[in-house]
Amino acid sequence: MANRLPSTHAPGFPPAILIRPGDPNPFDQPPQQHMVNPMMMQQQSQQHQGSPGPPSVPQLPPQMFTTAAQLLDLTDKKLMVVLRDGRKLIGVLRSWDQFGNLVMQDTAERLFVQGLYADIERGLFLVRGENITLLGEIDLDKDDYVPEPYQLAPVEKVFALKKAEDAERKIADKRKHKRLAAEGFEGEHAGEAIL
Amino acid sequence: MLFFSFFKTLVNHEVTVELKNDISIRGTLKSVDQYLNIKLDDISVVEEMKYPHLSSVKNVFIRGSVVRYVHLPAAAVDTPLLEDATRREASQAVAKAKQG
Repeated sequence: MANRLPSTHAPGFPPAILIRPGDPNPFDQPPQQHMVNPMMMQQQSQQHQGSPGPPSVPQLPPQMFTTAAQLLDLTDKKLMVVLRDGRKLIGVLRSWDQFGNLVMQDTAERLFVQGLYADIERGLFLVRGENITLLGEIDLDKDDYVPEPYQLAPVEKVFALKKAEDAERKIADKRKHKRLAAEGFEGEHAGEAIL
Repeated sequence: MLFFSFFKTLVNHEVTVELKNDISIRGTLKSVDQYLNIKLDDISVVEEMKYPHLSSVKNVFIRGSVVRYVHLPAAAVDTPLLEDATRREASQAVAKAKQG
C-alpha cells in the first residue's frame, strides 16, 4: 500500500501505514491465532500437506469483517447513540474497539418527554458495546434539529417529568411482564424499560 | 454464514429494520457484517413524532443483537437460490459432523 506512493519516511524506518478510503482496513484483520473461519483452516492444512515451504499468510476476503470498517467511517463524527435502556447520547466518537465499546467526547444526554426536550452535559463517555442499540451519524445540515412539537425546556423541569414518566413505565412494564410470565412468556428484554 | 451472505446480496436495496424497542427504521442497506450489524443510509423513522431523536440523523449503524425483523423487498429475494443455498449449507454441516 505504502510503496505505491512516493516514500516520505527516513531510510531505515518502517514505512507509515497509509489508510485511504476504499482500502481494506488493517484493523479488520483479527489476530491469526483467533482465526475461526473453517474455510481458512482447511486451506492452511492443505498447504501444509502440499508444499514443504513456509505457509503463506491466508488473506481474508475484504468484505469479511466490516464492523470495524463501519466504525472507522464514524470516527470523529458527531453521533447520536441510543443505548438499550433508552438513553440518547450525543457526542463525538473518538475511539472504539472490535466489541463496539466506544469512547465519546463532549457528550450530552438528551431527554425527551411530553413535547419537551433538554440536554444534560455529561462529558467523556466510555460505553460498553453490549449496551448500544444504534449509532446515528448526525447530519450537520440538520444539526440538532428537533421536530416541531418538541420545545427546548429547562433541564430541571424535563428531568423531573422524565423521572416521573420512567417510574410510571417501570410499574406498567412490571405488571405486563408479570402477566406474560404467568402465561409462560419471558419477553425479549425482560426487566428492562426500553424506549 | 448463510444469512450474512444473503444480506450482502441485498446491499443498496431499501429495507425496513424493526428493532426490539419497537422503532422501525427505513433506509438503504449499505453494509452488513458477520454479527448482522446493519448500516442504513438516508434513513426515515416510520413513526417520526414518537422517536424525535432520530430526526437529524442521516445514517445509522444498528447493532445486530437489537434487531427484531428486517422487512425485505420481495423483488430482490431469489427464493429458489436461497433454498439451494440452505440445502447446500445443511449438507455441508452434515458432512462435517460425520468427518469430525
